[in-house]
Amino acid sequence: MLNLLEARDVRVRFRSKSVIKSLIERDDDPFLDAVCGVSLNVKPGETFAIVGESGSGKTTLARAITGLVKAQEGSIRYLDKELIGLSSSQFRPLRRDIAMMFQDPIGSLSPRLTVESLITEPFKIHGVKVDDYAEEARRLLSMVGLPAHFASRYPFQLSGGQARRVGVARALALSPKLIVADEPTAGLDVSVQGEILNLLATLQSELGLSLLIITHNLSVVRHISDRMGIMYLGRFIEQGNTDDIFEQAKHPYTQALLSANHDPDPDAHSERIELQGEVPSLLQRPMGCEFHTRCPHAKDICRSQVPEMRYSTSGHQAQCHLIDAI
Amino acid sequence: MTELILDVHDLSIDYRTPRGKLKALRNINMQIPKGKIVGIVGESGCGKSTLIGAIINLLASNAEVTKGGVKLAEDELFNLSKKQMQALRGDRFSMVFQDPMTSLNPVVSIGNQMIDIQYRDKISKKEKAAKAAAMLDKVGIPDPESRLSQYPHEFSGGMLQRIAIAMALLVEPELLIADEPTTALDATLEVQIIYRLKELQASQGCSILFISHHLGVIAELCDEVVVMYSGEVVEKGSVRDIFHNPSHPYTQKLLQCDPAAIKQKTRDLPTILGSLPDLIEVPKGCIFAERCDSASANCHENKPKVSQLNDNHMASCHLLNEAGALYA
Amino acid sequence: MTVSSLKQMLVMPSFEFLTGFKLAIKRLCKEPLGLLGLILVTLIVGSAILAPWIVPHDPIAIDVLNRLKGPSAEHWLGTDQLGRDIFSRVLMGSQVALKVAFSAISLALGFGLLLGLIAGFGPAWLDHIIVTLFDTVRSFPTIIFALAVVTLTGPSLTTIILVIVVTSIPIYGRVVRTQTQALSAQEFILAERALGASMPRILGVHMLPNVIGQLLILASMDVPIVITIEAGLSFLGLGIQPPTPSWGTILNDGYLFIRNTPWMIIAGGIPLILCTLGFTFLGESLRDIFDPKLRKDI
Ligand SMILES: Nc1ncnc2c1ncn2[C@@H]1O[C@H](COP(=O)(O)OP(=O)(O)OP(=O)(O)O)[C@@H](O)[C@H]1O
Ligand SMILES: Nc1ncnc2c1ncn2[C@@H]1O[C@H](COP(=O)(O)OP(=O)(O)O)[C@@H](O)[C@H]1O
Ligand code: SF4
Ligand code: SF4
Ligand SMILES: [Mg+2]
Ligand SMILES: [Mg+2]
Repeated sequence: MLNLLEARDVRVRFRSKSVIKSLIERDDDPFLDAVCGVSLNVKPGETFAIVGESGSGKTTLARAITGLVKAQEGSIRYLDKELIGLSSSQFRPLRRDIAMMFQDPIGSLSPRLTVESLITEPFKIHGVKVDDYAEEARRLLSMVGLPAHFASRYPFQLSGGQARRVGVARALALSPKLIVADEPTAGLDVSVQGEILNLLATLQSELGLSLLIITHNLSVVRHISDRMGIMYLGRFIEQGNTDDIFEQAKHPYTQALLSANHDPDPDAHSERIELQGEVPSLLQRPMGCEFHTRCPHAKDICRSQVPEMRYSTSGHQAQCHLIDAI
Repeated sequence: MTELILDVHDLSIDYRTPRGKLKALRNINMQIPKGKIVGIVGESGCGKSTLIGAIINLLASNAEVTKGGVKLAEDELFNLSKKQMQALRGDRFSMVFQDPMTSLNPVVSIGNQMIDIQYRDKISKKEKAAKAAAMLDKVGIPDPESRLSQYPHEFSGGMLQRIAIAMALLVEPELLIADEPTTALDATLEVQIIYRLKELQASQGCSILFISHHLGVIAELCDEVVVMYSGEVVEKGSVRDIFHNPSHPYTQKLLQCDPAAIKQKTRDLPTILGSLPDLIEVPKGCIFAERCDSASANCHENKPKVSQLNDNHMASCHLLNEAGALYA
Repeated sequence: MTVSSLKQMLVMPSFEFLTGFKLAIKRLCKEPLGLLGLILVTLIVGSAILAPWIVPHDPIAIDVLNRLKGPSAEHWLGTDQLGRDIFSRVLMGSQVALKVAFSAISLALGFGLLLGLIAGFGPAWLDHIIVTLFDTVRSFPTIIFALAVVTLTGPSLTTIILVIVVTSIPIYGRVVRTQTQALSAQEFILAERALGASMPRILGVHMLPNVIGQLLILASMDVPIVITIEAGLSFLGLGIQPPTPSWGTILNDGYLFIRNTPWMIIAGGIPLILCTLGFTFLGESLRDIFDPKLRKDI
């Protein structure tokens, strides 16, 4: 099937030093690669999950896909349209199709606007005719399970979970085809989290919506995603079908991640793989395998040689010297 | 009697709204014994952040304490002057908020903020900077020395959260209050932060009030758990009581909803049907009656009393009163 | 861009803003000090506007027979050394004072807002230039700067206004710059961009409401300061030229004849004090009202 979204070798660089400082220090490469050659596909109706350490570049990748930060290299195609290099006015019509939900539920709502203004804003921005904004606001509020009287509240009067629902309502307003959600369930209790995820699932099956979800919650990933990618220092070190990865994680980092997932039981003594060693920095990427500073299986070859990416026929891929084949 | 570091007694708080008074907290009783980690769980909007706001005396301006109070060790907090309260914050207790941006100033570098927070210590600025860098290292920020000169927007959300945690730990508080401090972190770092918090508790004997929706984290970190629903404490007890022997129907439902507890892959996750009651007109019977599977006519009419299930396990539900013993 | 979307963009923000403004006035009336400020300011502004019609006497009509008289039923605040009615002069003087204050402050606010937004939003080098400019201007004390300019160009109302505008732009500009910088790093601005909001909409609907409150407060508190500067310059003979009445010239005359009668100094001073109190109270309550987080009734 045709991909809805197709990213190839996307690279996003940020300046790490001011121009003056890098001139003084004669640093000819004052940049860091927050996203460093990432490829992924999302098919219509599919859910792709991105997990990974904080600071590993997940948000930056999501923002590059939605055109909020500039990707320097690679290609991001939505249907048959190349997104990299579009000006903001060229991108504007696409924003009806690609909606974004942000990491910080309250901080991503404009503080001086009421909930009603916030959730009807997408219509105003895109000049969509709506007869009765109040009515439309009520419809969207009920869609995300908030009572109608929330329309007159300000963002700071919402609890984290309520603000998150407002964020979902805003994302749904223009019936998009792809929702890029940065931690859509962070800060929600398990029941509301379930509701939001079920809501997205329903919309997905009814409208054929695709989801690109960033989350730290591995239990959520396991239930809702079809495929997943694990990010480390701006790269996918493992990618494949969610079921395959939960069944047989190949990369040591993925294994540690899965083992760190808490069971809701004070007496559960899970076999936890503890990661020692220093968390590397984007400014000084380790030589060889970038995970070797923390990897429990690191060998000499890992410190000098970059491991190759191995692929299986089912699309499972991982990058580690230890694995010969998948 | 164990020594209490924090004692919230009979606390009720209203928010003034154009529709009337929203009774966000009603008769909250909860204690934190010295040196213990207490977790609070409950649906979003149930008043956890409001409770914390009351404890640190930083409520929204339309909030009003109508009853009860909060004691930090011997001090009744609502009797303190603004100045005395200010002196307590960041000295005897420190806080990590849900939203790291609220505790960091966007136009001051991380290093300067971390030095400022140590203003009580009589050491040189250099030493303070070194202490700050060491603490950043402890919470897993790579390159701490060079990171000190950067501004908040140059960090990822998760890194900001770790910085906020480092700042809170720097002052070596008696009580650390953490409102969902690990939601932005990946599982391996969450584990790291939890170990760090446990270490702090062991080495400084400080107590921790911890709020999280991540039940696995609560189970792992906390000694005691308080379950809140819609502005009331419905159950509290030791972490084992709550996870192995949940006695209030709400607690039971909450635990069932955790996707980590569901082994079979599903796209239809369990939820608690219905929504929080309108707190402007608080229902007169049990607060959970609208959504409870076991609700009877009695539940809609009368408030359940608190049943003492063991020394520190208690829950408020008519089923427990009627049976006079544990709810199976 | 279609006409309707342009209309949306232009109409919606001002509409949302206006309802906010009406609410603000309503709330203002509920705060005792704010109400007092509002009453004082309304009185002062009202009497300034109506001054030509309500003055009991011609403020520049000389009546040498009644020089330096104390208050009477005929002359409420007495007369000056030329026998002019002081009450009428004070009323007319308020016109000059407010004309200077309003034109100078609104110009300074406008330019400050513009430069602040450019500095806060634009490229770093432009920011550096603007900030350096601000610092340079701020390093001269206003009165000394005014003295220098007036000595060069000769005294006139326009010169005073220009001097005040130039020296206050940095005050507003700096506030706007800091606020814009802090705001543009926040996620909600990014969220608006992700929705496809245009630059004018982001600036108008999301940035402006977050800085305007602070600016209005600054402006309101600036009114008495500007009036004092005008009075000071006129007092020194460098501002408004006789016979036009101004609070400064009244004070100046009062000072010269203080041995004969204290009335002139009092008559020139009281409106200044009332003005200062009125605008300060108003400003402080505005601050609380424009920040929804500080409002007490929502
Ligand atoms: N505007 C910026 N300038 C400089 N560096 C940046 C900027 N934005 C992000 N970074 C850096 O890029 C890296 C990746 O950041 P990103 O926000 O994408 O991480 P993340 O995986 O989403 O983390 P989290 O899960 O904690 O939100 C981090 O090292 C961060 O410090
Ligand atoms: N400033 C406020 N004004 C009015 N209602 C508020 C305010 N702050 C919070 N609330 C309401 O109080 C309830 C509890 O909120 P909160 O303490 O933030 O919950 P939690 O942290 O558990 O998610 C919610 O119904 C919320 O909407
Ligand atoms: S390549 Fe070596 S260091 Fe890297 S993950 Fe594999 S075993 Fe660990
Ligand atoms: S008192 Fe009744 S309604 Fe309330 S929790 Fe118990 S059984 Fe359910
Ligand atoms: Mg992120
Ligand atoms: Mg909260």
